Amino acid sequence: MIYQTDMYEGVLAETITMTGANGGQINAYFARPLGPGPFPAMVLAHHMPGWDEWYREAAFRFAHHGYATLSPNLYFRAGHGTPEDVAAKVRADGGLPDDQAVGDLAGAMHYLRALPYVNGKVGIFGTCSGGRHAYLTACRAPGFNAIVDCWGGGVVMGKDQLSANSPVAPIEYTKDLACPVLGLFGEEDGHPTPEQVKQHEAELKKHGKNYEFHMYPEAGHGFFYYHRPMYRQAQAVDGWQKIFPFLEKYLGISA
Amino acid sequence: MCTMIVEKVKVDGSGKGVSGWFALQQANVSYDHPFDAPLEHALNIDFVNESQGPSARVAVELSERAARELVKTILAVLDKAEAGGHLA
Repeated sequence: MIYQTDMYEGVLAETITMTGANGGQINAYFARPLGPGPFPAMVLAHHMPGWDEWYREAAFRFAHHGYATLSPNLYFRAGHGTPEDVAAKVRADGGLPDDQAVGDLAGAMHYLRALPYVNGKVGIFGTCSGGRHAYLTACRAPGFNAIVDCWGGGVVMGKDQLSANSPVAPIEYTKDLACPVLGLFGEEDGHPTPEQVKQHEAELKKHGKNYEFHMYPEAGHGFFYYHRPMYRQAQAVDGWQKIFPFLEKYLGISA
Repeated sequence: MCTMIVEKVKVDGSGKGVSGWFALQQANVSYDHPFDAPLEHALNIDFVNESQGPSARVAVELSERAARELVKTILAVLDKAEAGGHLA
């Protein structure tokens, strides 16, 4: 939806508590449009640098575009401190257990589905490790209607990369995916490499899945991040312009 | 986490974090995304004391070249100290 200058708009954004993996309570950032709805909804899977300011801004952005948006703190169990300090602890532990991330993100989807003002459609978005977690969750937890995977590294994994935290490569779950995928990637990214993106695409094609992949030239990993040197303005603008029509097509728009 | 390349080593000594000095317990060495260094991946060292929570951390993020130079320099300094009889 393109806002007109004479429209009312408002967003409520706050920290809430929700039920995540194994029934555990975690905190989450919830941003939603004001009004009776119904609104489509989005779950955001934050990136490796943590549950940080960029993800709060992204949540607000989706809410501004009409989505009730929930960004769970996937690092809740690592303790509390600045987002960087907490993310450094998770980095030292080799990342999140996949089952825990899937449980938390599925919990966010169920939270949104139970809200009276949500239209029954829930998508999931993630960047970096969050893109991987978003894809994994959409494959393993029924109930998502669309996924946006932004340069999710580690969807394709060699056997030597599997670990106790990540015992199965997400690509192996592709056959179970039940919603359309939008993938945004950079040609200069080393994680995922363009070759890995091709393998991912081939797997989606093999199983007859609904997907739309875009590979941006002169862009590497994290080209949306305006606060990092990998930011690529034109590619980032185009990427966002791909995301919102995709979501509108599969999740609808707010009433 | 994107590369997942990380090693932990027990250390003793002190580190100065945002709340002042604290006893170090461990160094976490990773080659992964840095938070601040203008690099896609960096050699990150977090000197931590997990018993004091995630905020007990002194962080550095180095380019590969800087990290290799630092390792050489630390060893050179220790060699000199040893040669001078200071490590006894």
